[in-house]
Amino acid sequence: MQLVLEKRSDRSKFFAIASPFLALLLTLIAGGLIFAARGINPLEGLYVYFVEPLTQVWSVEQLIVKATPLVLIGVGLAVCYMANVWNIGAEGQLTMGAIVGSIAPVMFPAWQDPSILVVMLIMGFVGGALYGAIPALLKTRFNANEILTSLMLVYVAGLFLDWLVRGPWRDPKGFNFPVTTTFEGWQLLPTFGGTIHLGALFALLACAALAFLMAKTLKGFEIKVTGNAPRAGRFAGFSREKMVMFCFLLSGGLAGLAGISEVASVVTKLQPQISPGYGFAAIIVAFLGRLNPIGVLFAGLLLALSYIGGEAAQVTLGISDKIAKVFQGILLFFILACDTLILYRIKFEPTIKPVLVKG
Amino acid sequence: MKAPEYLLEAIDIVKVFGTLRANDGVTLRVAPGEIHAFLGENGAGKSTLVKMIYGSLHPTSGTIKWMGKEVVIPNPNAARKLGIGMVFQHFSLFEALSVAENISLAMPGKFDLAALSKKVAQVSKEYGLPLNPSATVADLSVGERQRIEIVRCLLQEPKLLILDEPTAVLTPQEADQLFVTLKRLASEGCSVLYISHRLEEVKRLCHSATILRHGKVVASCDPAKETAASLAKLMVGGDVHTVRAAKVPKDGVVRFSLKDASLEAEGPFSVELKNINLDVRGGEVIAIAGVAGNGQSELFDAISGERPLPRGDAVSIDGASCGAIGVIARRRMGAAFVPEERLGHGAVPAFALSENVVLTRHSDDDSLAVKGLLDRGKASAIAERVIKTYDVRKGKPDPEARSLSGGNLQKFVVGRELDRNPKVLVVNQPTWGVDAGAAATIRQALIDLARSGSAVVVISQDLDEIFELADRIAVISRGQLSEAHPAHEMTAEKIGLLMAGAHEKLEASHAARS
Repeated sequence: MQLVLEKRSDRSKFFAIASPFLALLLTLIAGGLIFAARGINPLEGLYVYFVEPLTQVWSVEQLIVKATPLVLIGVGLAVCYMANVWNIGAEGQLTMGAIVGSIAPVMFPAWQDPSILVVMLIMGFVGGALYGAIPALLKTRFNANEILTSLMLVYVAGLFLDWLVRGPWRDPKGFNFPVTTTFEGWQLLPTFGGTIHLGALFALLACAALAFLMAKTLKGFEIKVTGNAPRAGRFAGFSREKMVMFCFLLSGGLAGLAGISEVASVVTKLQPQISPGYGFAAIIVAFLGRLNPIGVLFAGLLLALSYIGGEAAQVTLGISDKIAKVFQGILLFFILACDTLILYRIKFEPTIKPVLVKG
Repeated sequence: MKAPEYLLEAIDIVKVFGTLRANDGVTLRVAPGEIHAFLGENGAGKSTLVKMIYGSLHPTSGTIKWMGKEVVIPNPNAARKLGIGMVFQHFSLFEALSVAENISLAMPGKFDLAALSKKVAQVSKEYGLPLNPSATVADLSVGERQRIEIVRCLLQEPKLLILDEPTAVLTPQEADQLFVTLKRLASEGCSVLYISHRLEEVKRLCHSATILRHGKVVASCDPAKETAASLAKLMVGGDVHTVRAAKVPKDGVVRFSLKDASLEAEGPFSVELKNINLDVRGGEVIAIAGVAGNGQSELFDAISGERPLPRGDAVSIDGASCGAIGVIARRRMGAAFVPEERLGHGAVPAFALSENVVLTRHSDDDSLAVKGLLDRGKASAIAERVIKTYDVRKGKPDPEARSLSGGNLQKFVVGRELDRNPKVLVVNQPTWGVDAGAAATIRQALIDLARSGSAVVVISQDLDEIFELADRIAVISRGQLSEAHPAHEMTAEKIGLLMAGAHEKLEASHAARS
């Protein structure tokens, strides 16, 4: 018997939905095997990692707080990838959004009314968007590969932030720590009681708006055509250059908004590290969510769980919190593998033994 | 040992894909030294059977006999070892490599380019297939590229050569040359399995024919004793509707014109357009003949506005200049376009038909996208109308474009534009790879549109089609367009000369004067 992948005539609607769940199941099995290899009861390990965080109010709140930037960034990336535009540098756009959004509170620490929050958010969005415009311009002008340029700009942004908080923007009263002044009052996002902040609402609104854009508008159609069949997009009269710019401005802006939202809530100031790699994890979120804005919402929650589960596993089971990255990697691997089933079906065929005759 | 009566016998072959019986008890027998035609509409199952003979597919049931003995052919390599060679419709050549290098990639054994080059030169000379082993493939015409594929097969000394629509890309002269080679091969005892739509050449060339319809053999006959019409009738299963054309109106005004349109080449493998002039009147069909790769797709891009021209007045629709504006604006002026590639250019393969309606109709028909919002209901209604009017056959109510057969998708892509009643319609290869029934439907629709007062331009490589459709014929060669001559003054020979570039100098000196 041999395994054969047979092409389907139409996309399988079933596997388009089932594939991420199948991937999740396979990830759990692989995770169980990893726990078993470490001498931990697999069921207990998986319980601590994936279930326990959902049983307490504070950890559910943490889940939503962590999902907020993942969803905000992931939904923008989903639109990018749908258009076949490969923005890998959301982490850099997040950083630049946080920096530009922080100009107002750092420069005017005494500015205390709702207007500063609005200014911070707008400047955060614009900062991320403009930083995203750099790889877009390089792509449309010089045909430079946006995967490389956007990724390299992540490190530029990171080092720029490092220089700022150690140099010009360092808090003079901060005991020489590399941090800016701590934001307070109207310089912070209001919360819904506990730790969940206004950013969660932005994430929900972004998902709803982009779901509408993709399903109901000509722009959404343009995005799908450009990504699916660029030649047909040109025939339809859609400009590939404008689409690259649109995607980078949108996803960069949302990443910037996520960045300033993190700084104006969880972190409360600028410091060398403001994100545990949300910009990269959001790539997994986008794919796990089927590049669908509503799917991204659930995928963001799942990836947030992998962060919190990693912390829980470190505390309870005594294994490194790097396990979170391992789970994220395995998950992405299985998603991409399972997606094959959308276009192909697996068949077993009897092996054919060659029978040759001499003439 | 007595020589077996047949070289190849495929007996009662069944091949099932999912629920589709692509081959349903097909029997094909090829005698040694005969040129055997394998006829059928697109989707009749010809390629499926041929792929099983060549080992790239495997029958669900049935037996294949080679020289009287039952064989199983697991892969193309095994087929080649038996002595079966195949020339595909789409070549598999590396453009950046030389002829000999390309051939060496397919040859088993040690890599010896010098010896191989000598052998290539020898074989190509022997069989009248002139080839320079050290030429780079990118510089060669399609006809020459096909010769590489044929020589590649001949080097393995096949007993059976399979050709899949070999003349689709050739000039009449090149086709004649190919026939000489094939007859020579047959006289030496090599059998040829010849797949084609072109009934006239099958009649000229082939000793026997097997005709397939919907996966079943409907007839085996001697094509010389049949007429093209009777063969077509067997293939399609009914009388092919011949195209009826009313007289061209005498007083048509110029609706579409090109004035000294020039466009630089986009890359090393693209053709530069040089000073193209053309006037198309309302009521007439103009055909642009030419061998593939002489600037047809560049001309189409320039006409459609996918690549706007530097000068605005180089293209005009109903007297209004539109050379410098894009495809959306030109559609708004009443023009419609159908590109050569159906999948990926004229339609998005993964999109439903109703979504593919939006692709070209979003801009001209504002009701499909009011203030940026899509009206999917309206798009579905248009899709249904096109499907009904042009008899697009499909499995599901609103299937993905890629699940349709070539002919049905072409009917849809052409119908989508005809449905708008365009003032100017430009079609590149309207019936390429389309079965006879669908082709007749499309051609009739094009003529009807012209006679209703629109200007129609057809870019085609199919001379039969051109003579059937055209009121005037122009020929494109190396990016230059000849004058358009009335169709009744043109012959295949005259067109062949123009294809070879007879007008080029004339045009160049004309351009210098003006």
